[in-house]
Amino acid sequence: MKIAFTTQGTTWNSAMDPRFGRTEFLLMYDEEKDELTHYDNRDTAKDAHGAGPKTAQKLFELNPEVLITGNGPGGNAAAVLEKTGIKIIVGATDMTAQEAYDKYKKGEL
Amino acid sequence: MKIAIASGKGGTGKTTLSSNLASYLAEHREVVLTDMDVEEPNSGLFIQADLKHEEDKFKMVPQWVEDKCTLCGICQKVCNFHAVIQLGTMIMVLPELCHGCYACSELCPESALPMIPKKMGKLIEFRSDNLHFIESRLDIGEEQAVPLIRQTRNYIDKTFPDEVIKIYDAPPGTSCPVIEVTKDADFVILITEPTPFGFHDLKLAVETMRKLDKSFGVVINRDGIGNNDVMDYSEAEKIPLLAKIPNDRIIAEFYSKGQLIYKEVPAFRHELDGIIAYIKTLKDLKQ
Ligand code: SF4
Ligand code: SF4
Repeated sequence: MKIAFTTQGTTWNSAMDPRFGRTEFLLMYDEEKDELTHYDNRDTAKDAHGAGPKTAQKLFELNPEVLITGNGPGGNAAAVLEKTGIKIIVGATDMTAQEAYDKYKKGEL
Repeated sequence: MKIAIASGKGGTGKTTLSSNLASYLAEHREVVLTDMDVEEPNSGLFIQADLKHEEDKFKMVPQWVEDKCTLCGICQKVCNFHAVIQLGTMIMVLPELCHGCYACSELCPESALPMIPKKMGKLIEFRSDNLHFIESRLDIGEEQAVPLIRQTRNYIDKTFPDEVIKIYDAPPGTSCPVIEVTKDADFVILITEPTPFGFHDLKLAVETMRKLDKSFGVVINRDGIGNNDVMDYSEAEKIPLLAKIPNDRIIAEFYSKGQLIYKEVPAFRHELDGIIAYIKTLKDLKQ
């Protein structure tokens, strides 16, 4: 399974980014290959509007089954994500990506 | 004559000033007060008037015609607002984000994105004797204030003759919606508080007004708090200081009860007289 995290960095120890649309990175973990990759999303800082849908569109291309994030996407991004069928897990704030992953696996998120 | 009342940020007394000034002027002549803060209109709280007219307002947004689309992806690339997005074999339009610029529609090689009207909000008109009050309100989720403000201005222009005084209560800030409101105003009143924050926001607002080449003046609200920076600045920059509304508990009380202040507090009415006297000189100059 492929899992995406909204993070402020590119490693397991990176802090989760509570934002969806303007998250700094999308950290991708492929469980089968045990491979960690990332997408740099920092240029959304320049967008006055539409950062959410833009990030949602990127996420669709990255094609994970699950997204683990903090506050949850706003209305427009949620509308896009709904079409993609990606499962969204919110509430992963104030922790690292590793901690978020462990909690998710234990069903604590 | 069109007067816009603006401020660098919210909560500086913009609505108090516009509703009182409009009602006071309406004692002797016809006035239209318009709440242009279409995202959060609130002047209505202070105006008791009868409903006269109501109309839905529409903007144009693209609609995807699946049969014609070849999934070339051009539309997604040309939209600066991420309002049209390609998801695999699907094109998704996000009407709330759309600025109605027609780019995607016109550049689609297959004509698969015709523009159709979509309701974005509502314009409501009230009247009480000489005072007309107009409020436009965006529907929930709509993010684009500018098209609704533009249509509201057009409605006022075609409904009321030139000699009627028009007062626009602008949205807070210095961004596109404020510029859209002040665009055709003959005079802009910038209201601020004499605090460091108020001073900072006032300077931004002044810069914006100068760029737009507007004639404007400053009103200080809650005079007595903070410091003299706003006054010194206005003097140094030769910006007319139109009025200083005292920081008075009685004013705050009438405000919180949703009552018009000029009727109860002579000192406040006196400041409005000062503003009106200034506006009159301006009008003479222009004619
Ligand atoms: S530009 Fe037209 S044809 Fe191309 S993807 Fe968009 S809707 Fe389809
Ligand atoms: S009309 Fe303009 S703003 Fe609206 S979706 Fe098309 S390109 Fe984007």
